Amino acid sequence: MTDLSMLSADRPDTVELAAGWRSAYVHIPFCARVCPYCDFAVVGGAEDRMTEYVDAVVAEISMEPEWHRLDAVFIGGGTPSRVPSDQMRRVLDALAARFGLADDAEITLEANPEDWTSTHSDALAGVGFNRVSFGVQSFDPVVLVSLGRLHSPVQAAESVAIARASGFASVSVDLIYGHPVETELSWLHTLDTAVEVEPDHVSTYSLTVEPGTELWKQVRSGAPAPDSDIQADRWEQAASTLGVAGYTRYEVSNHARPGHGCRYNLSVWGQGEYLAFGLGAHSFRDGVRSRRVRRLDSYIERVRSGIGPIQASDVIEGWDAELERLMLGLRRAAGVNAGEAGQALLATADGARLIEAGVLAVVDDRLVAANPLLTDEIIRAVLALDGPQR
Amino acid sequence: MTDQSRIRNFSIIAHIDHGKSTLADRLLERTGAITEREMREQMLDTMDLERERGITIKAQTVRLKYQANDGHEYILNLIDTPGHVDFSYEVSRSLAACEGALLLVDAAQGVQAQTLANSYLAIEAGLEIVPALNKIDLPAADPDGAAAEIVGILGGDPDDVARISAKTGVGVDELFEQIVATVPAPSGDPDAPLRALVFDSYYDAYRGVVCYVRVVDGELRDGDMIRFMATREEHPVNEVGVLTPRSVEVAKLGPGEVGYLITGVKEIDQIKVGDTVTTSANRATEALMGYEEPKPMVFSGLFPTDGDDFERLREALEKLRLNDASLVYEPETSKALGFGFRAGFLGLLHMEIVRERLEREYDLDLVATAPSVAYELVRTDGHQSTIRSPQDLPDPSEIQSISEPYVRAMIITPTEYIGTIMELVTNRRGSVGNMHYLSTDRVELTYHLPLAEVVFDFFDNLKSRTRGYASLDYETEGYRESDLVKVDILLNGMSVDAFSAIVHRSAAQDYGRTMVDRLRKLIPRQMFDVPIQAAVGSRIISRETVKAKRKDVLAKCYGGDVSRKRKLLEKQKEGKRRMKMVGSVEVPQEAFVAALQVDD
Repeated sequence: MTDLSMLSADRPDTVELAAGWRSAYVHIPFCARVCPYCDFAVVGGAEDRMTEYVDAVVAEISMEPEWHRLDAVFIGGGTPSRVPSDQMRRVLDALAARFGLADDAEITLEANPEDWTSTHSDALAGVGFNRVSFGVQSFDPVVLVSLGRLHSPVQAAESVAIARASGFASVSVDLIYGHPVETELSWLHTLDTAVEVEPDHVSTYSLTVEPGTELWKQVRSGAPAPDSDIQADRWEQAASTLGVAGYTRYEVSNHARPGHGCRYNLSVWGQGEYLAFGLGAHSFRDGVRSRRVRRLDSYIERVRSGIGPIQASDVIEGWDAELERLMLGLRRAAGVNAGEAGQALLATADGARLIEAGVLAVVDDRLVAANPLLTDEIIRAVLALDGPQR
Repeated sequence: MTDQSRIRNFSIIAHIDHGKSTLADRLLERTGAITEREMREQMLDTMDLERERGITIKAQTVRLKYQANDGHEYILNLIDTPGHVDFSYEVSRSLAACEGALLLVDAAQGVQAQTLANSYLAIEAGLEIVPALNKIDLPAADPDGAAAEIVGILGGDPDDVARISAKTGVGVDELFEQIVATVPAPSGDPDAPLRALVFDSYYDAYRGVVCYVRVVDGELRDGDMIRFMATREEHPVNEVGVLTPRSVEVAKLGPGEVGYLITGVKEIDQIKVGDTVTTSANRATEALMGYEEPKPMVFSGLFPTDGDDFERLREALEKLRLNDASLVYEPETSKALGFGFRAGFLGLLHMEIVRERLEREYDLDLVATAPSVAYELVRTDGHQSTIRSPQDLPDPSEIQSISEPYVRAMIITPTEYIGTIMELVTNRRGSVGNMHYLSTDRVELTYHLPLAEVVFDFFDNLKSRTRGYASLDYETEGYRESDLVKVDILLNGMSVDAFSAIVHRSAAQDYGRTMVDRLRKLIPRQMFDVPIQAAVGSRIISRETVKAKRKDVLAKCYGGDVSRKRKLLEKQKEGKRRMKMVGSVEVPQEAFVAALQVDD
């Protein structure tokens, strides 16, 4: 694998390489408590069923047909840091045994600061993880409480330091902006503090009201909703503060120091293929995207019975795949090779409007979202493209 | 053939809901024209819309055998008339086929403006009026007050005003006797050359155009070659008959008789309502009355919401026109709304009815532009023309003068609302005509108003100001020169033809501000700032800006999200497809509909 240690993730050569990477995602659904904004496949409490669940994941891994060596593994959730390290070891061992891991494979674990003790951190590093992504969300206690988080700002800062001490090669923090209780000062403070604790990677997400969530119910019954104009301001403040501090924005919501772009995600945005294990997880292998059942009981039951946990699959091919290549690639700062669909877009009235409005730019045959905050304007125009006459 | 002395031809003049159809039903029952089993309430009103609105759009006619108290059998021809002012031409033709008119007034509500207007038409046509008060069984009925109003208008003795309840049947028999006694028998010359008045027509898919005729002189015989005196067209008679109300073929119709006539004619345009029929062989020299081409007064652009429906709209209009010669339309292209038609209507109700029928019976989704009237334009070079669409108005520098149609509006109202009505009329550039007290607490007001002001929500305003107590009728009274300007609405610098309007200079600012304000709320934020302006010529009179949207991007799109996020974006894309492009601005279809809505 090419040495990427110094390559910036906003460069075209970096992102094009990523398309060839092979990765795997493992979903750990357990959470101490479900956050009000979360719409992922999660299970609050039920932590007594972790071993049973890991058994099923390991069994699912062994059922997957052989594949390439993995360049990246991403254990997401849920809250994977809730799971004891010996159970996590079983998962990584199963992946390594079944597919093999590249020597410099990126192996990421998502973690909550309140779970991150030195002992746990050392143990997970010892198991083989070299990248950790913390759900920090904010360094403002008021915002943290409003987001339903269980850690303090101090715990968040400490967890980054602990991970460094354990030898994690790459440390990331997730931040959420635009909650109605958040002020501009609060957000600037969160950004400054994030820079001070010196992670290698920062993800900044606008708070989104997802249908069916607790937050959605609150907003529906009259609680204030996030304001998208304010969120646009916050996005700009993040790009500027983090940019000055040496982080390059390489995707709509992701910033990294050189060499620290998330390989697993870069692979997804490059339309690379990935395996997936665990409930609710989505895989993309041999042009087929499959999603697994979301309920804990049915996932375990279906793995045990040998039916397998896949609930539905879509074949992504031809023009459909070409459109999706643009849809994913346009989220990157490096943009995407125009290709057939890109040329088609540029030939439409929509394409001309996007260029005229300064939302879309063409740089060296690549389409680039010149105003990343309006990326979905471009993507909708892409999805509206008619396929070529066959 | 019936002896003329045993024929009574009459129509019923009544306001909406004053009970005309119920009385007609009683008459049909009483004469055994239809059995009870066949009896549908309001037999004569057949169109769904007529039933719903309680009004008659197409006149119907029916021939009834009535056994009178004098021992003789009479033929009563009830010639139904449209009750609404929009159709006054049709009303006058129907009245011309009668010798008498039954004036039916709700005893609780008193005389209404429409009834009054139609009564004047009947009097002008020399008809004998038989006044009657209906709904005397209602607790709110004031028969003495209503009778006094009628006498105040028509003269006569309050005791001669019949008092009935069409619903319960009280007084109905006596009323029929009164019709036989009061309405004069026809007095045509059976030996003279045929003269028959065409007072209505409709299109039948199997039989072609069916004319309703009233024979005045001579005989209309099956198989004869006949001549339409105004159009000079000659056709053989394929069928003559009477309506009982079902069509019953007869060999001939004699003087005083009313029935139908079918020739081979397939197009409703070829036969003019108001024309006189004579025989080719033995031509009459003088026609009964002239006919007028129906003259559209109100115009509106009709556009399918979905551009693909244009052909369906064309077909639907063609079908409606088969039965409605007064509906005129021509293709119109709007930059904003695409392909559609500019349609002309007799009045507001006619416009509403056509629109509703298109939407209901033909399942079309339409955007209708604000109603306008026909303006007379004189250019600086002296050239004259008629302007039916704001789009056709030239640059102000080329205009010498513009005239607009005026109407004489008659409003009948309780006296307590005179003040608020005066205010409304003044706001609408109206001037006071007459004030005539019908009784101590009801008054008939006459005003002169620009038709353009009347077609624009005047009636709704009048109703709300008077809590529904005032009634309105109007008749046109020529053109007057006015200080009119065209207000254009510009989106991002581009004029949106659908929103342009010709208004009085004093109202331009208001119209401009209202439209700009509405559009600011209706147009979603775009990728760039969108200025919305109202302009008269090159002068901007109002301006707002829809600020560019700042953020339109999903926070996350990761491996587990791709399918779901794609579906979400595809769904948003479908919403985008329903947008119309005005220059580079995306405007939701609903915005056109909402912005053009008159009320609010």
